[in-house]
Amino acid sequence: MNTVHRMDNEVLGMNGEGNQYLTFMLAGEEYGVDILRVQEIKGWDQVTPIPNTPAYIKGVINLRGTIVPIFDLRERFRLEAIAYGPTTVVIVLKIKGEKGERTMGIVVDAVSEVYNINEDALKAAPDFGQAISTDFVKGLATIDEKMIIVLDIDHLLNSSIVAEAGRLVRD
Amino acid sequence: MPTILAVDDSASMRQMVVFTLKGAGYTVVDAVDGVDALSKAKSNKVDLVITDVNMPNMDGISLIRELRALPNFRFTPMLMLTTESGSDKKAEGKAAGATGWIVKPFNPDQLLATIKKVLR
Amino acid sequence: MSIDVSQFLDTFYEESFEGLDIMESELLELDVGAADQDSINTIFRAAHSIKGGSGTFGLNAVASFTHVLETLLDEMRDGKRNVTQPAVDLMLTSVDVLREMLNALKTGQDIDAEHAAEVQQQLERLLKGGEEPDNDVSGVDHTSLSDHPEVMVGSGWHIRFKPLSHLFKTGNDPVRLFEELSDLGTIQVKVNDSGLPSFADIDPEDCFLSWEIEYIGDADEAQIRDVFAWVDDDCELELTIIGGEQKATTVETVAVAPVAAPASKTTAPAAPAPVAKAAAVAAAQPKEAPPIAPPKTEEKSAVARKAAPPSTESGSIRVGIDKVDALINMVGELVITQSMLNQLGEDFTMDKVQRLQEGLAELEHHTRELQENVMRIRMLPISFAFNRFPRLVHDLSQKMGKNVELKLSGENTELDKTVMEKIGDPLVHLVRNALDHGIEKPEVRASLGKPAVATLHLNAYHQGGNIVIEISDDGAGLNTEKIKNKAIEKGLINAGDELSAEKVNELIFYPGFSTADQISDVSGRGVGMDVVKKNIKDLSGAIEVLSIPGKGSRFTIRLPLTLAILDGQLVRLGDQTYIVPLVSIIESLQIRKENVKSIASDSELYRLRDEYVPILRLHKVFNTKCDNKELINGLLVVVEGDGQLAGIFVDDLLGQQQVVIKSLESNFKRVDGLSGATILGDGTVALILDIPGLVKLSKERIKKRAAASAAA
Repeated sequence: MNTVHRMDNEVLGMNGEGNQYLTFMLAGEEYGVDILRVQEIKGWDQVTPIPNTPAYIKGVINLRGTIVPIFDLRERFRLEAIAYGPTTVVIVLKIKGEKGERTMGIVVDAVSEVYNINEDALKAAPDFGQAISTDFVKGLATIDEKMIIVLDIDHLLNSSIVAEAGRLVRD
Repeated sequence: MPTILAVDDSASMRQMVVFTLKGAGYTVVDAVDGVDALSKAKSNKVDLVITDVNMPNMDGISLIRELRALPNFRFTPMLMLTTESGSDKKAEGKAAGATGWIVKPFNPDQLLATIKKVLR
Repeated sequence: MSIDVSQFLDTFYEESFEGLDIMESELLELDVGAADQDSINTIFRAAHSIKGGSGTFGLNAVASFTHVLETLLDEMRDGKRNVTQPAVDLMLTSVDVLREMLNALKTGQDIDAEHAAEVQQQLERLLKGGEEPDNDVSGVDHTSLSDHPEVMVGSGWHIRFKPLSHLFKTGNDPVRLFEELSDLGTIQVKVNDSGLPSFADIDPEDCFLSWEIEYIGDADEAQIRDVFAWVDDDCELELTIIGGEQKATTVETVAVAPVAAPASKTTAPAAPAPVAKAAAVAAAQPKEAPPIAPPKTEEKSAVARKAAPPSTESGSIRVGIDKVDALINMVGELVITQSMLNQLGEDFTMDKVQRLQEGLAELEHHTRELQENVMRIRMLPISFAFNRFPRLVHDLSQKMGKNVELKLSGENTELDKTVMEKIGDPLVHLVRNALDHGIEKPEVRASLGKPAVATLHLNAYHQGGNIVIEISDDGAGLNTEKIKNKAIEKGLINAGDELSAEKVNELIFYPGFSTADQISDVSGRGVGMDVVKKNIKDLSGAIEVLSIPGKGSRFTIRLPLTLAILDGQLVRLGDQTYIVPLVSIIESLQIRKENVKSIASDSELYRLRDEYVPILRLHKVFNTKCDNKELINGLLVVVEGDGQLAGIFVDDLLGQQQVVIKSLESNFKRVDGLSGATILGDGTVALILDIPGLVKLSKERIKKRAAASAAA
């Protein structure tokens, strides 16, 4: 198991205002997720594909005895797929849903930073006219002149499971 | 410390008796009915027997009778745990060789007090 | 030393509920008038245990209630009372009351005392009306006291104690008695050895001595006699009062030590701790007779309420000693094998390879056995789920004026505890439905020429890796017309649709479907068969119905035995490994050209002896890659799913092994054609095929293609 590193609130230091967000890169944009939801960050490893599921569902992995699905966020956002490289990582997240908490992983281009972001500083996302539905965006934050798109991961991943998965989509 | 053979088909009563006796420092062998007790009595040195009366397979009175017939148990004190208010069961038990009885319900302190009478 | 008895309550509740279940089923089977002695004994024993435990653990409301019930049973057991139907019915009601009381106590709720008191009064009336009036119904044993109602007071007692020769053989010892007496006051003991025979005749195991005891203290006669209670029949005992009214002068005035009498022996053992302590304090104070503290009910119920644990449902399982012993034995063997291997490894040389292999084989064998046995711990006979039905059917059929005989078979069929817990409610629903809608009233049955007593049959058996539960009745069967009309009304089907009776019957499993003309309080309360079906599906099971109008209906439930483990055949398709449950495999074979029949481009059959088996190309159903697209010389795994054969076309057969089933759903979702996943020895995930689901998936796919090509 090639775990890159585990997140630890103490190491990161919970100083400053607001919540901490882990940011990652995806096709040149920086996205943020609530760091308390991050279970661990892993390197990309072989997955077992699940038949008749959308292409963005890469498959499932064995995470210490439990079966965890892995989603490719580029493909989910209908961005151009790229070959996985040395910086490609899987962020394992705790997702809240109707049936309680679930563990899922997302494949992203690279991890970036950890920022303190005050909820109040989040601005509503305008309609980008992009592939990313504003539904999945909690808000936008600006840090050091950079825009960070803070994701609503619960909504994003729960809907990703339901969307067309498990059906005969093509033949 | 003396070894006590505690017999009761009720798991909760058995737990309580065993817990109480062990807490008081006795060594306890427990059994779920007369048949179980008889086989355990044969493989353990026992200083006192405490048995429930109403049990499946072999009841407490038959157990006492069987035990008294064993050479090692001729003088061993044997107490019946009984809720029978009538004297029938007590007399029957006595005739089978019981030393005495403890009337249910009892609390742990009463149990220990009675045991101290026969094991001092 | 003070022990908190509430720690034993969980066990007590568990065994009491079991006891009540036993009472209930035995009561239902009792033949009124000619009751089986063993059954009565069993019922009595269960009541007796509940009474003993509840008294000990301070649940006095339960103890008092059970006492009356026990007294009634005791009389029946002794043949002093006949077993009548009203008595049986009342006892069944009492079982319900006790169950409610214990449930309330367990969950920390208030007991419905009014209802309990009402039923208890009925029991008492029944007792009084019987052959044995004047029964003690207080729930407290104090017979030894009432034997000696008069209390005489003096400065002490003169006691003459002459044991019979066999005293020692009851395990009693005079010294113990004297010590106990000295706890009550001051004693002087004089031994009388006049009964001693000549030395040669002495049998050391017999008792020849007698004793004269002067007791000074304020114990009354009952207390003194109580000391000798255990040896009452084994001795001559004479008590003469010293002082008192006669003011006897025979005894020199001995300094009477202030005596703190212990708790009155006659009341203390019967009362729970707090009351006993109160009695002890009271007894120590006055010179007069120790007061007999009457049990204070308010106080006791407060104790009972406090003793009830918070309502946390801690799942526990009762396991037979034999199963645990088997495990211990196996672990023992495992340890031996392991230490053997250790030794072998310490100075290993190549000439020991064979011993190493043997050792490893042994290790594998033991591990597998251990695994099987651990799984078996979770397995319980389905009688746990069936047991409630005799009562349910008894009550419901009476309520509905129907005459029903319940037949149970296959009660010893074992299944996983979790599955068992979840199948209870669907079963109840099906049984209620059968009684309410299926079975006709006796007069209707008579007019149809059917036997007046209807039969409801619950059956269970193992089939492959499944447990099959059947609920069948010889009632009216499903009303196909009514269902059809209802379905049209609900818009589930169109009026013009041609549907087979089978298809129509399946409609009852659709949400919100109920054909009951009027909602009865038995079934048809909106909880429909769709919920039953959903519950069963959640357990990866299936339900189907077979109905013959006028003859009856049969619901068949198929459930996996356990949700945790499975024997699997590993197969390869492209670069993926899949698991086929071994139980569904009929055989695996190499495809021979002459046996392949192609009906349409996408519908191929394989001739297996005299049957044609549809070929299921797994890579097509799953839309995945495979190495070999040519059937010829390929491998076919012939499986049975949902009563249908299919041949799964795969690239390669790998080994067979037991796999631990991991849920795909807990972090993801259910996927058609898969029943779960497992983790292989190298840590990778392999998917487990759901054979019935796969067969269905394949059929749908072929249909779709056929429709598509028809449209084109």
